[in-house]
Amino acid sequence: MLDGVNVAYYGAMSIARLTLIRRWCNPFSRQWPLWDPWRLGVMLVALVFAVPVLTVFSFIFHGDTEVMSHLADTVLLNYVSNTLWLVLGVSYGTLSIGIVCAWLVSVCEFPGRRWFQWMLLLPMAMPAYIIAYTYTGMLDFAGPLQTGLREWFGWGYDDYWFPEIRSLWGAMVMLSLVLYPYVYLLARAAFMQQSGAALEASRVLGAGPWRSFFKVALPMARPAIIAGLTLALMETLADFGTVQYFGVDTFTTGIFRTWYGLGDSVAAAQLSAMLLVMVFALVVVERYSRRRVRYHHSLQRVRQPRYPLKHRQAKLAVVACLLPLLFGFLVPFVQLLSWALETAVEMLDAAYLQLVFNSLLLASMAALLALFLALFMAYGQRLRPVLAVQLAVRVSSMGYAIPGTVIAVGVMIPLALLDQTLDSWLRANWGISSGLLFSGTLVALMFAYVVRFLAVSIGTVEAALTTIRPSMDETARSLGCSPWQVLRNVHIPIMRVPLLTAVLMVFVDVLKELPATLILRPFDFNTLAVRTYELASDERLADASTAAVAIVLVGIVPVLLLSHSISRSGKTDE
Amino acid sequence: MNKLLEIEHISVAYGNNSVVRDVSFSLNEGDIGCLLGPSGCGKTTLLRTIAGFETPTAGFISINGMQFSSAGHVLAPEKRRIGMVFQDFALFPHLSVFDNVAFGLHKSMGRVAIAQRTNELLQLISLPDCEGKYPHQLSGGQQQRVALARALAPKPDLLLMDEPFSSLDVELRQQLSREVRRILKQEGITAMLVTHDQQEAFAIADYVGLILNGELAQWDNGYNLYHRPANRDVADFIGDGVLIPGEVMCDYSIETELGLIHGKVPQGCREGCFVDVLIRPDDLIHTDSSPIALEVTEKFFRGSDFIYTLKLPSSQEVLCIAPSHHNHALGEPLGITLDVDHLVVFKREAGTMT
Repeated sequence: MLDGVNVAYYGAMSIARLTLIRRWCNPFSRQWPLWDPWRLGVMLVALVFAVPVLTVFSFIFHGDTEVMSHLADTVLLNYVSNTLWLVLGVSYGTLSIGIVCAWLVSVCEFPGRRWFQWMLLLPMAMPAYIIAYTYTGMLDFAGPLQTGLREWFGWGYDDYWFPEIRSLWGAMVMLSLVLYPYVYLLARAAFMQQSGAALEASRVLGAGPWRSFFKVALPMARPAIIAGLTLALMETLADFGTVQYFGVDTFTTGIFRTWYGLGDSVAAAQLSAMLLVMVFALVVVERYSRRRVRYHHSLQRVRQPRYPLKHRQAKLAVVACLLPLLFGFLVPFVQLLSWALETAVEMLDAAYLQLVFNSLLLASMAALLALFLALFMAYGQRLRPVLAVQLAVRVSSMGYAIPGTVIAVGVMIPLALLDQTLDSWLRANWGISSGLLFSGTLVALMFAYVVRFLAVSIGTVEAALTTIRPSMDETARSLGCSPWQVLRNVHIPIMRVPLLTAVLMVFVDVLKELPATLILRPFDFNTLAVRTYELASDERLADASTAAVAIVLVGIVPVLLLSHSISRSGKTDE
Repeated sequence: MNKLLEIEHISVAYGNNSVVRDVSFSLNEGDIGCLLGPSGCGKTTLLRTIAGFETPTAGFISINGMQFSSAGHVLAPEKRRIGMVFQDFALFPHLSVFDNVAFGLHKSMGRVAIAQRTNELLQLISLPDCEGKYPHQLSGGQQQRVALARALAPKPDLLLMDEPFSSLDVELRQQLSREVRRILKQEGITAMLVTHDQQEAFAIADYVGLILNGELAQWDNGYNLYHRPANRDVADFIGDGVLIPGEVMCDYSIETELGLIHGKVPQGCREGCFVDVLIRPDDLIHTDSSPIALEVTEKFFRGSDFIYTLKLPSSQEVLCIAPSHHNHALGEPLGITLDVDHLVVFKREAGTMT
């Protein structure tokens, strides 16, 4: 989820892309031979990384299986309508929370603004499935709220109506509460970048503050807001834990059930392909909305003083910023902590330590692997700015748009095929069996993680590399360094901090990843995320909290890093 | 003198877009050369080709008699024994001044020798106390000198500088270009720089190559570029000046609107031949008592002098430098006398207009 941090680099990345596009217009490519190792290497990696998506799409032409026609007759319409409603509800929720908070924090002055500025990001640390379990525990019949109400009013079992959180609208609220920071983050950056002069011009021309906001500020920030919304919606489409737990049938739960319950990989792949089409439609809409983004940039930025809010206005602003923070993070986090304290004695055992170890192992391996590949791809792109390499890097970074469930299906099918082929070949020729060498081991899981999260590291490394001017490379070359030595002696030391960030972000993302881990993990291999899911599914919500708290705590780290850079930029603006 | 750098018929193109066309020149050991030209003329591309960052489509580049570049073949930059200073200095932000300067020194030299050489250079650039500082703690001028020291440390055969002073402010630029010339001459370094600033080129270089539209228009010293431009384009780019029409009277005099001008007439021009004469602002001397007086149409105060724009009867305009206490109002007549030391005359081709 925290590839949202990545978004901060959106601008830098698109600039990098522009300069590269300018360069590949020159057919520079003939400068390097066809067998050039950089170009071949980068393209090979991209090819391997495209396998899951290609696999999933190849099943579109497979023809319907019996299961698929059955699904089409019964639940498919339900999947589509639930998914669409979810997208609509989350759009409404994230936009209203994100835009209002971003506007208040970037343009107005009120008590606590500096704190809200970064604390509003905290819900990012809360995976949607965890907040969903927590609210269920708090709001269900035996939970503290209903019990309290019953005691207070002396109600009995059937005397009152209480909304059912485990429903479609509940899922909308949960997802909005943790996904609004994407919109907030980008909208805030856009509002801060806007020249105060545009707003002042609008005021001088006779438009009031509200009219100026809707006619000038909002349209100017629109591309950024839509980019943030797109990220939030990608997470919505990818969500598995929340909708599964709330019993809302969407594509992700459908894929999971078809794969496990019905054991039909073809139908699962076809459902995945449909989900992918929705994701790509989203990306197309976002691109379309940004087609004229360059007109929205003003070169000169005149900082206007913040608009001071007084009395009632200030109180309203504080409440508006406090509510999402409270319900998106503070309340569920405190609840989780209190559960964790209650159950710590019995839950913190050897098995728990094993979980922590497994999670850390997976996350750090995936993060390092992703970093290594990202360095290779991004550096290859710097050395060989040609179309083929460009496209290869883009292909390898598309994974972050693809739901974990889909990647799991796309990874499992080819690896299983590979295993079968290898096994039968070995049996035929050597009389030995290799078993599930790839599909049943951590290899599959690692592959899926890197496919899903490589974009995060590539984006970070790419952005960091673009800040190093080409003259640095050339100076080092003229002083006797080979390209590899330039990378080792100049680039890596300069990029130390962004490289660490890249590792950290993938680490946290892997730690939180639920559906791909659930589908691909080796038999009897558990992680914190999977254990949280299992315990919560067994209605042992309090017991799930020890694992959940660990995930949230680790998730806070990159949020703090991000907020640090935000509060720093906030200071220089004043 | 030994020819250190030889450029023979070099052309560079990006696809169909030809950037440098058939450029040839050579530079002797210890000389400072400069490629001068407007932005986009191909001078930086040429410099980068010498460095080995670009591949020529035709021609040869040799350094010390060894062929380093030819069509489609380039020796990698790190193997050429060249030093390069970039427009943005490109100091490594993660290294101290000392480590920046020592970056190109090979470990096999040994630590003592590296430290010795580095300190020697820090002395040379007069920054001996800055070795522990980081690039962001230095001023622009200091960064420039560190970049120079870093490029000089491995004792390159040839030093290349790409617009080395353009990111500094004007005063610092002049002071540093003098200082850089002193250092290069003191160390006997052969250097080649690129600039769009004529003053800078004249101040620092022994030889200046004027590049116009990817072609070498003239390779000469600054004095000759100014006073003996090879063609109209050179005359147009170097210095201020106006071409005014004239008619050859005899071998040594030309009749113009400003009167009779004496000097050598270009070959192939006989009596009655139509020519254009280059009039520089310093060719017109302001004399209040002069019988020739022209109307002032524009004036530009520069502190120590004025540059007046004067209108000829044919309404063509010429420039004149006058000392700053000769303050004349617009529209007033300004007396001038002609003092053309170096007559620059171009034969007017049929259909050429001035």
